[in-house]
Amino acid sequence: MEESSSSTRSGEQREKMKKVLEKTVKKRSKEEQEEQEDEIFNFNNKCTEEEEEEREENLSDSEDSVFSGLEDSGSDSADDEDEEEEGSDHNGAENDDEDLKIEEEEKKKMMGPVTEKKEDEYKQDSSDEEDIRNTVGNIPMEWYKDFPHIGYNLDGKKIYKPIRNKDELDEFLDKMEDPNYWRTVHDKQTGSDIVLSDEQVALVNRLQRGQFGDVDFNEYQPQVEFFSQDVMLHPVTNRPADKRSFIPSLIEKQKVSKLVHAIKMGWIKPRRTEDASRGRYYDLWANEDSSILAKHKMHLPAPKIPLPGHQESYNPPPEYLFTDEERALWEQQDASDRKLPFVPMRFSSLRQVPAFPRFLHERFERCLDLYLCPRQRKMRVNVNPEDLIPKLPKPRDLQPFPTTQSLVYRGHSGLVRSISVSPSGQWLASGSDDGSVRFWEVRSSRCMGTVQVGGAVKSIAWNPNPLLCLLAVAQGSVVLILSPSLADRQVVLSTERLLSGQQEAESTEEAGPVTWSDMEGEELSHGIRLKIQHPKAVHQVTWHAKGDYLASVMPDHSSHLQVFIHQVSRRRSQNPFRKNKGLVQCVSFHPVRPYFFVGTQRSVRIYNLVKQEMTKKLQANSKWISSMAVHPGGDHVICGSYDCRLSWFDLDLSTKPYKMLRHHKKAVRGVAHHRLYPLFASASDDGSVIVCHGTVYSDLLQNPLIVPVKVLRGHVITHDLGVLDVTFHPTQPWIFSSGADATIRLFT
Amino acid sequence: MGGLQKKKYERGSVTNYITRNKARKKLQLSLPDFRRLCILKGIYPHEPKHKKKVNKGSTAPRTFYLLKDIRFLLHEPIVGKFREYKVFVRKLKKAYGKTEWSAVERLKENKPAYKLDHIVKERYPSFIDALRDIDDALCMSFLFSTFARTGKCHVQTIQLCRRLTVEWMNYVIASRSLRKVFISIKGIYYQAEVMGQLITWLVPYQFSHDHPTDVDYRVMATFTELYTTLLGFINFRLYHSLNLLYPPKLDIKAESELKEEDDEDYAMNSESYLEKLSALSTSLARVVSTEEEEEAELDKFPDEEEDLEKMEAREMEQKQQEAQKKLFEGLKIFLNREVPRESLAFLIRCFGGEVSWDKSVCIGSAYEVTDETITHQIVDRPNIDKQYINRYYIQPQWVFDCVNAKLLLPVEDYFLGVTLPPHLSPFVEEKEGDYVPPEKLKILALQRGEKPVQEEEEEEDDEEEEEDDEEEEEEDDEEVEEKSLKKMEEQRSQGKSLPVKVTPGKVKVDNPARLEQEEKAEEKRLAIMMMKKKEKYLYDKIMFGKKRTIRETNKLTAKRKAHDDAEKSKKKKTRK
Repeated sequence: MEESSSSTRSGEQREKMKKVLEKTVKKRSKEEQEEQEDEIFNFNNKCTEEEEEEREENLSDSEDSVFSGLEDSGSDSADDEDEEEEGSDHNGAENDDEDLKIEEEEKKKMMGPVTEKKEDEYKQDSSDEEDIRNTVGNIPMEWYKDFPHIGYNLDGKKIYKPIRNKDELDEFLDKMEDPNYWRTVHDKQTGSDIVLSDEQVALVNRLQRGQFGDVDFNEYQPQVEFFSQDVMLHPVTNRPADKRSFIPSLIEKQKVSKLVHAIKMGWIKPRRTEDASRGRYYDLWANEDSSILAKHKMHLPAPKIPLPGHQESYNPPPEYLFTDEERALWEQQDASDRKLPFVPMRFSSLRQVPAFPRFLHERFERCLDLYLCPRQRKMRVNVNPEDLIPKLPKPRDLQPFPTTQSLVYRGHSGLVRSISVSPSGQWLASGSDDGSVRFWEVRSSRCMGTVQVGGAVKSIAWNPNPLLCLLAVAQGSVVLILSPSLADRQVVLSTERLLSGQQEAESTEEAGPVTWSDMEGEELSHGIRLKIQHPKAVHQVTWHAKGDYLASVMPDHSSHLQVFIHQVSRRRSQNPFRKNKGLVQCVSFHPVRPYFFVGTQRSVRIYNLVKQEMTKKLQANSKWISSMAVHPGGDHVICGSYDCRLSWFDLDLSTKPYKMLRHHKKAVRGVAHHRLYPLFASASDDGSVIVCHGTVYSDLLQNPLIVPVKVLRGHVITHDLGVLDVTFHPTQPWIFSSGADATIRLFT
Repeated sequence: MGGLQKKKYERGSVTNYITRNKARKKLQLSLPDFRRLCILKGIYPHEPKHKKKVNKGSTAPRTFYLLKDIRFLLHEPIVGKFREYKVFVRKLKKAYGKTEWSAVERLKENKPAYKLDHIVKERYPSFIDALRDIDDALCMSFLFSTFARTGKCHVQTIQLCRRLTVEWMNYVIASRSLRKVFISIKGIYYQAEVMGQLITWLVPYQFSHDHPTDVDYRVMATFTELYTTLLGFINFRLYHSLNLLYPPKLDIKAESELKEEDDEDYAMNSESYLEKLSALSTSLARVVSTEEEEEAELDKFPDEEEDLEKMEAREMEQKQQEAQKKLFEGLKIFLNREVPRESLAFLIRCFGGEVSWDKSVCIGSAYEVTDETITHQIVDRPNIDKQYINRYYIQPQWVFDCVNAKLLLPVEDYFLGVTLPPHLSPFVEEKEGDYVPPEKLKILALQRGEKPVQEEEEEEDDEEEEEDDEEEEEEDDEEVEEKSLKKMEEQRSQGKSLPVKVTPGKVKVDNPARLEQEEKAEEKRLAIMMMKKKEKYLYDKIMFGKKRTIRETNKLTAKRKAHDDAEKSKKKKTRK
């Protein structure tokens, strides 16, 4: 070992010395090295006998190249390491392992020639004794660098260095010229060059290949099996058999019994038999049973998905595409409000159509619908709308009735609240908010006279007695009795007589809540004859059919003094009610019998004036009654209300309305019956007057026939008020209406 | 007054309903299991008439099921299976936790499974019932068959869906029962008439889905489970009704032809058969291999004399249908690479055409592009380099429009690079008063056998417009008259300021017809006033709907007119 290590050191030393020369060769060697690497790898891979010659040559080159390559690269790459192994004889050790290897190899190389020589030496010495010619031991040989010798032999004599050290040039020349250069090895310890024999080179090659050094050694000898299938005569070991090898295992038994128990109990199943019928289809409906079908009657199949329309096409007609506004609207709308769940789009060809992004959502929603939506049978009404319209007698068959507007009476400056026609049908009186009462001639629409009463006129009523010519006017808390003297002389005279006859009785009257007084001076010249002072504002006046009695209404919540009945001939007033039964809206006398109708807010009460008791109470089914009219027969009443309704009561039938008519769009202000013709009319804030035909049959079993025959329009709506009052001509099928536009219109 | 006090909510409608939670507890199922059961058994909630009564006075939002339905669920064998499955999962978890792999394996082997055959039979006691409800099943199966084989659901399910849909399509081809198709932006709608039932299904375009997060795939998977079972049984029955083998077998001749090609490189052996089936290029094998069965002519029973017309109409319809079935017969069509192969092959084969495609697109192509006998080539690109003279190069919409029009439309409108005519929905049946797009009118004219003459139509349009104008004018006249009347009236009323003047009056010509009309209208208006409240409501609703359709129609016509005008002006400009 000493020797080898020393040799390596001497090598290193030499290498240093050679550095200068080597640099010149470096470039060439590098190139060579690269070439060699490839080749070397090739060798490592396939080292066949045939190529041995070639390899020998190569090896010579490689040695050199490795030599120089190591110098500059410092063997930092893996390739270099490989090379080291190749030309390991000169290498300085990098790692310990490598060091060892190399040393061994070197030793063996050294052994080659030694074994040849020293066949006899083995006999003398022990086999592991080294060949010691230089006794300096395992020291760095550079220590002898400056001496002429390099050590001492066994006899203690100096071993001199060879006389002439080869320099680089010599080396180079040797390399170039000497054919044995590649197999020349430098012995550092003796300083001599040794030429390796063929056997030695072969040995080195074998070792490099990782083979045994001995050529004759067979690596692949057949193995002798110790335990074999052949039954031996004698046991291999003499150990007695374990007890467990012949006694059945308790644990195993427990496990098995557990499993068996579990199988018995059905907890675990011993390998399921593959159910062959799964996933196999057969004729499920082979025997259709009608009994099941009958059971199935109540089943509601899910509705199918609606089929797509033109909008859903990938290439719809252009009119189905959204305009910008529609698109903006679509985007603004909530998903549930949209008419279409998608935006129609147009693609010029099929290949441009993309996937629909909400496809999965829609399918999922359908699934949800199928199992989460309550289903209900919906009866689809398949009705022809024409069939719904009731079959009524044609209006043409129900003539006469007013159809066209023929005259307009202008002159008032305020809204005309109330109108009344004289019993002869020649004169029309109207009271307006401008504080005047005007008399018109019906046929010519001429204003025959104007009476200023000094306040808004709430109500006006012409005495129905044709032998008198009197007019009652409600203004503020006063009821005025006018005598317009627009009649025959006889009539005027009889009126005068009636009014003057009262004066005697006047003195006897004691002072009550109502005071009667005669008018004098200018007012008398206007025709105002009497003034009946009331405690509160009067809203309505109405005459009894005979023309002697007059009723006035003062709506008030808190008092029972709401209605007064005045007798003109005796200048007497009385309050028929002791109790307040609600806000009185309007009153009316029965045309023939001694009944008195009082319309309160929700109902109409009918009093018998003779017996002094209430006979009936009609429920109007409306929120607020505005007006009331009694049929000339006296068995039917119509009520208009502020909630747009008109109710027709049949007094013989029920206290509930026989018919509710919702013809008007706005509050009903006035209603009227015709005295002779079967007509009634209602006026409303929507500016229309609706004339209806209402035949009443004397036969009690037959219900009245009510048919609307005409909608009359003409009044202009001012301040949200339309037509305020309506009244029929006493003899002709004509109708007068007064409106908020300060006009009175005649429809014929 | 003796007697027990009556307790509230123990009688009446409350006894018929049960809330969802109570039902769940009664069945001892978790909510997902309950849902699954409801889906499979087709149980849906019911809306009680008086919700508050049923809800025992509370107004909290609850879903109610009929107690009868829930009782019916109690005896369902599948409920037991659900419970078993729950136990199985628990055991499996435990085994995993203890790392007992043998136990895991054993458990997995014994995984409880259920069959849905009896449920299908119960829900659809007759075959026709099942067929009627198949729409959703088909839609779902087609959707699932387009899913990627990863992620959202089991691969087996996807494969099964694919198989069933392919079988269905093959049946439709074999029975030639397809009636209508429609390319929408969502996918392609098909409508087939099978045993008198109209069946519509939607096939999505072949793109990968980006799976949304707000969709519960468990619900969809449960539906699919039921639907695949249903579809399988229906397919079986349908195949047998046509004497076809089920599971489908390709015709032996065709099979041998196919085998000649080396299809190993196309698909794995196990899949190749399904692929060949799904190519839709070959006919199926019959149980009794007979040649085309002669359709037995239906005997004519002259039932009643009145029905003669109906009979004739029906006959006509049948003839038309027969003609439609043979629509593409004699055509040899080649599909270019870029057109959707499956839908077009399906269509063309459904109507008796011959179809082929590029070998690299799919298995089962019958002939090459170079075949000289090809009559039509379907192309969906702006132009094509090498064109054969003896064939038409047309866009795919032609096929779809032909099917819907029930006749071979002129190919000129569908040539390469031509702006296609609009594709109309065949499902829209216009009633009177509905908007009919002009393209539809054209097709109807073609169906009647008229030659398309564009000018005529335009004239018609003009006439219509004129009529409209006239009406408007009349209205205008009326208005003008009214106005003048009003003016006169005003003048008359303010007569004092008016200078008295007599002007020659115009003779007013009364139009008796018009007067009559007006009178009738008024009569109607008055009669409407007398309607009962209920009827009035209904009448108003009907009239509102009618008015809305009219409004929409008008809007569409106006839009179309504007569009056409714009087009015309553009054309003029370009001409100049």
